[in-house]
Amino acid sequence: MKFAVLVFPGSNCDIDCYKAVEETIGEPVDYVWHTATDLSAYDCILVPGGFSYGDYLRCGAISRFAPVMNEVAKAAEAGKFILGICNGFQILTEAGLLPGALLRNNSMKFRCHDTSLKVVNNKTPFTTDYSEGEEIIIPIAHGEGNYYCDDETFTRLKQNDQIVFTYSNNPNGSLADIAGICNEQGNVVGMMPHPERAVNSLLGSEDGKRMFTSILNAWRDIHGAASVR
Amino acid sequence: MAQQVSAKEPTAEQIAEQKIYQQFGVSDSEYELICSFMERKPNYTEIGVFSVMWSEHCAYKNSKPLLRRFPTTGPRVLMGPGEGAGIVDIGDNQAVVFKIESHNHPSAVEPFQGAATGVGGIIRDIFSMGARPIATLNSLRFGKLESDRVKYLFEHVVSGIAGYGNCIGIPTVGGEIMFDNSYDGNPLVNAMCVGLIDHDKIQRGVAKGVGNPVFYVGPPTGRDGIHGATFASVELSDESEAKRTAVQVGDPFMEKLVMESCLELIDSGIVLGIQDMGAAGLTCSSAEMASKAGNGLELYLDQVPQREEGMTPYEMMLSESQERMLFVVEPKDEAQAQEIFDRWGVICAKVGKVTDDGRLKLYHHGEVVGNMPVTALVDECPVYNKPSSVPAYYEKNATVDTLRYEEVKDLGGALKSILASPTVASKAWVYNQYDYMVRTSTAVRPGSDAAVVTVQGTRKGLAMTTDCNGRYVYLDPEVGGKIAVSEAARNIVCTGAEPLAITDNLNFGNPEKPEIFWQMERAVDGMAEACRELNTPVIGGNVSLYNENASGSIYPTPVVGMVGLVHDTDHITTQGFKNEGDVILLLGDTKAELGGSELQYVVHGVTEGRPPSLDLDVEKKLLGSVLGGIQNGLVNSAHDLSEGGLAAALAESCISGSIGAQVHVESELRSDFLMFSESQSRIILSTSKDKAAQLTDYIAGQGVPVQAIGIVEGSSLIIDINGASALNESVAGLKQVWEDAIPCLMK
Repeated sequence: MKFAVLVFPGSNCDIDCYKAVEETIGEPVDYVWHTATDLSAYDCILVPGGFSYGDYLRCGAISRFAPVMNEVAKAAEAGKFILGICNGFQILTEAGLLPGALLRNNSMKFRCHDTSLKVVNNKTPFTTDYSEGEEIIIPIAHGEGNYYCDDETFTRLKQNDQIVFTYSNNPNGSLADIAGICNEQGNVVGMMPHPERAVNSLLGSEDGKRMFTSILNAWRDIHGAASVR
Repeated sequence: MAQQVSAKEPTAEQIAEQKIYQQFGVSDSEYELICSFMERKPNYTEIGVFSVMWSEHCAYKNSKPLLRRFPTTGPRVLMGPGEGAGIVDIGDNQAVVFKIESHNHPSAVEPFQGAATGVGGIIRDIFSMGARPIATLNSLRFGKLESDRVKYLFEHVVSGIAGYGNCIGIPTVGGEIMFDNSYDGNPLVNAMCVGLIDHDKIQRGVAKGVGNPVFYVGPPTGRDGIHGATFASVELSDESEAKRTAVQVGDPFMEKLVMESCLELIDSGIVLGIQDMGAAGLTCSSAEMASKAGNGLELYLDQVPQREEGMTPYEMMLSESQERMLFVVEPKDEAQAQEIFDRWGVICAKVGKVTDDGRLKLYHHGEVVGNMPVTALVDECPVYNKPSSVPAYYEKNATVDTLRYEEVKDLGGALKSILASPTVASKAWVYNQYDYMVRTSTAVRPGSDAAVVTVQGTRKGLAMTTDCNGRYVYLDPEVGGKIAVSEAARNIVCTGAEPLAITDNLNFGNPEKPEIFWQMERAVDGMAEACRELNTPVIGGNVSLYNENASGSIYPTPVVGMVGLVHDTDHITTQGFKNEGDVILLLGDTKAELGGSELQYVVHGVTEGRPPSLDLDVEKKLLGSVLGGIQNGLVNSAHDLSEGGLAAALAESCISGSIGAQVHVESELRSDFLMFSESQSRIILSTSKDKAAQLTDYIAGQGVPVQAIGIVEGSSLIIDINGASALNESVAGLKQVWEDAIPCLMK
């Protein structure tokens, strides 16, 4: 299985995502520049956190126009796995690959700390190694993580089981405590918390590891290879 | 003879006659000296260039004789003061690069940008050495957290640091903050950056190779920050508000691109010399690079990328627009360098050439508009040995009896007052605004004695801290200076690391006042002695003088930034108590020392007398025994005793560990002295029951006083003194007081 970590000008969690893939599942992973026009070699695309284009104008608003985003849309269409973390989540909503938007935290301040998340949907390719309702510790670090969508969208999210994670203690004012969502097909996930920062107990938590093992297992299930469980 | 460019600018004659140079902080005698080096009267651009190069900020003219007293070498030191940052070997062909720098005056006037650009500047110092920045820290001082102005400054300084560090993606892992009236109107904002480098990648800011091209990297130059270095070298006044234009504006996104592209350029191996444009921008970087190579340099100012139209040579040379670098490569490597910056979308322009005539020559519109001897700019600024005299307050304090205060009977209440004092209270309100985890290497987060960042691909870690108690330094600069270094070392050791070296930021008042210069001398002597005794040389730093406001000088605040080496991540230790049943050991002697203490400030409302004494032999033994105990796997938690003394330290270890403690102490001291004295060279350790005897013997064997004072257990901090109950508080209650203090004040 092959991973791509996208690099936009201003991405700064690209290295962390890269390391997390190497350390948790040891699958091949490449940095892919924002100007790339071919992602066909990759099975999973990680859109990392950071401040792409300085978050100028609006988080993710400029990145969505990067050439690589056309390829991300094609990959999503083709059912490949796409995970947007923090700024990556913001980019995916700006690109229309996920519904809703991320507003300023209700505290109007950047917040960085561990959060307790509830795994609401463990049927996505990203969450199968968690139990439904399980509480996991994953850190957040964002200024604009306050998830918002209109009533109609929210109803659809609920009906289609698109809410993947919720916060146990809402840190930012997100609608219905939403921390992460997926698209209708379930192959595109966006989340504000950073699972790539939670893969080593020395650094605080390793509850994020299973996101990466889930991805590999889901891919192996599709491709008939042996599971890593 | 150089030409005048702008009709608006005064001529060389007018500058001399009207003494216009004085506006730039150049004295009459300095002006005479400049004229003799120039062999003529300098024009407006040239006097501007001289004035910043000869400012305290760039030339250390008032502090150089003192800085020479610091030990700056050691077996591990690869580079001492003089370059962008100092470098210390950590083995395996790797080294740690670090430096601290102040942005006090800009932050007093425009706190967000002042603090943000302070962070940006120190990060550039680190990557210009070729190092990858891995962490930043800061040391902040504000007035009492009561007035709207102080709250405004505090709030915006913190968000400025957060705004820059978070965006560029370097974790802000630690720091310290004190609040005291003395800093009213003149906050201190010192930022430190730590980087990692392979030995063979170390760069220098030299303009090597006559004929080689000089490149400018980064965003275009604007009119911001003109005379920032001079602004930093005068006292703040009501007019400072009008000097807002001397404050630069930061763009962390741009710096991220400049950093990545410069590190890639350095990695390619083609760079001959590289330096950031910090204070005094293009002027300082070009002059220093030429000076260090013994060469000259020509700058073609028309080629300098410009943000605004019609900029004069004077403005371009003195602008402190941010995120800019200067580098030199051989002509054959130009295209390769250009390709790297093009790919990162960063402006890179050829703006000059290395020459052999030892002159800094400026060309504009085809004319020479400045022509100055490089050595005069960089090395010939006069150095002043300022007069020094013992301040009256110091004499008076000799007779102040700090034990005369009425006994504090409600020890629990006093503990809570101290925990609620913003200086001691939880700083989570602050550090939760900083991304302290990005780069996924932060093993010990903000809030413990020192932060620890792991070194990728090894079992090593780097511990880092900033420390200084300005009250102690005020009451006795020499002892306070020793304490600043020792406390930093104690914090480093408590995390399981061996102290390596320090960087210092000497924040003082106006050195032209003999009492202030006395403080500087004594503090430097104390620090230097401690650095020698504890084997932590000074590898670089910064001096910030003229920190004064309407009511006088700030407390002398020589901030120490120390880095230590964790030899194995298994040694990493934190301050929180860990397990029910663990034995608590108190190391060191407690004396009745209240001078400069938090109890004195919070409960008695004064700062007077003499600070706690410090014996460096005792300190050294303490540090050795604690590090040895940790490295031998005998220690579960370690915490140094500082503001608030034993009671505060026990409370912090309980709060951090979310567990209680049952403590029994025997002492002849009055109970409030015993609880809140800030005697130095003390640490509390906790250890499992089965290792307690071994650890106690080990520590005692090193000649360090040690006593078992209790057990980790329950959910309350219970302290008995001489068999009588002295304090009984639930940890949850203490935690609430400690956690809520700053958020409540900031609501």
